[in-house]
Amino acid sequence: MMIHIDVSSVLRQTLSCELYSNLVTRPTGAAVRTQIEALLADSRERSLTVIDFSHVGMIDFSCADEVVAKLLLRSVAEERVQREAYFLFRGVTDDHWDAIESVLERHGLALVLQTDDGCRVVGTVNDRERRAWETVYELGRALPADVAPAIGAPQDDAARLLDGLHRRRLLMRLDDGYVAVGGLADRRA
Amino acid sequence: MTSVITLPPSLDDHTFEQVVEQLAAVPPDARLLLDARHTRWSSPYGLTALLTLGQTRAERPTLAVPEAEETAGYWARAGFFKYADELFELSGAVPRVRGGESSVLLEITPVVKSEDVHDVVGRIQQQATRILTTELHYDAKATVGFAMSLSEICQNIVEHAGRGGWVAVQAYTWRKRLGNRRVVVVAVCDAGLGFRQSLESAPGRVLDDRWDDGKALEDAVVRGVSRFRDPGRGQGIAGVRRFISRWDAKLSVRSGTAKIALIPSWDEDVPLQEGLAPFPGAQVQVTLAERVSGGPR
Repeated sequence: MMIHIDVSSVLRQTLSCELYSNLVTRPTGAAVRTQIEALLADSRERSLTVIDFSHVGMIDFSCADEVVAKLLLRSVAEERVQREAYFLFRGVTDDHWDAIESVLERHGLALVLQTDDGCRVVGTVNDRERRAWETVYELGRALPADVAPAIGAPQDDAARLLDGLHRRRLLMRLDDGYVAVGGLADRRA
Repeated sequence: MTSVITLPPSLDDHTFEQVVEQLAAVPPDARLLLDARHTRWSSPYGLTALLTLGQTRAERPTLAVPEAEETAGYWARAGFFKYADELFELSGAVPRVRGGESSVLLEITPVVKSEDVHDVVGRIQQQATRILTTELHYDAKATVGFAMSLSEICQNIVEHAGRGGWVAVQAYTWRKRLGNRRVVVVAVCDAGLGFRQSLESAPGRVLDDRWDDGKALEDAVVRGVSRFRDPGRGQGIAGVRRFISRWDAKLSVRSGTAKIALIPSWDEDVPLQEGLAPFPGAQVQVTLAERVSGGPR
């Protein structure tokens, strides 16, 4: 199940005002996130949601913490393991990046960003995690045995790494293999 | 008996201290006359702090407005009298607001609720971009950081002050201090709880012997401590600090009896001042100076 959320539309609905295109203030961020969560409430046990910032002017730190960080934190929280919610961020420009990068660092989070050049993982990931994610993304679907040579590690280590990326909702697990969050969206596009 | 406080000829964050010192000797319910007749200039800080002073008095003080037409005209264009009228008995000729060229980037605007912050950010963006890039020679990227910082500082009022405050932004030229360099000055002032009282309200907070206004400012401004337990809190002021450092700008925050400042290369202020005359709430000023070498450092 794939859902597309235009954050700018949610913002305007939340504020009941057509004039504002900036995501500023913590209460606004909390209201926008609540609205997004309400839209996802009916989603099935596994869902992929595109969070689209294309029409958002700018976002401040407090709002980024409420909208981006808390959305991701809740998606990886243990109580949500029965329902796997994945997010792909689109339309993120330099005007948004400072605030988003800052909250990702603060909470040790990472997300998948989709640009015209494809997808990449950003935020708090180490080199091996990034290489593993990129390998899965390039292959489309991968097993630990496919990733182990790319990261120069035994297969067991690769399996643990991929499981960690799955728990952080950066990879989806399909049967025994893994698919990168952005990879799935690329193929559907 | 009415206590008279004479406002200095030039009213800014430094000279406002003279006003606060005189005010400290006046009981809160005493009749007060603020004499601005000979004031010739005021920064956005001076004007917004003056409004917060009006908020703190039990009895409406009298304000004798500047006699100089040019000064009173500027105060009117900055929106000062619109709010001063509710807080002071105005004495003297209050000019009507006329159109024309103005250096006011954002006239004095009340900040009470979250929507006010949206309004401030939305209104200032276009003009701030023009001034920062063409007159101060900042990278276009700085304009986003500027709007983010403005938003976070204004939110401080909504989240922590417990009562409304004001924001104002102005661009002007510092002839004496910086040899004709252009500056943009942001002032955000409130007469609310202040940093110390706000942090004291944090659940389970243990106060040590050193706890005072200065320590509260260090905790909040330098260490990003918030009264909320949410680990995501405190990022706003941290973001403002990064913006200030990246663009060699100045941030000063006065609260209670202390003032803390992040000092750029072009300024010689003191990082922490303690034992100042008490004044309620928090008064924040950000100063961005024209870049003489271009590009970020």
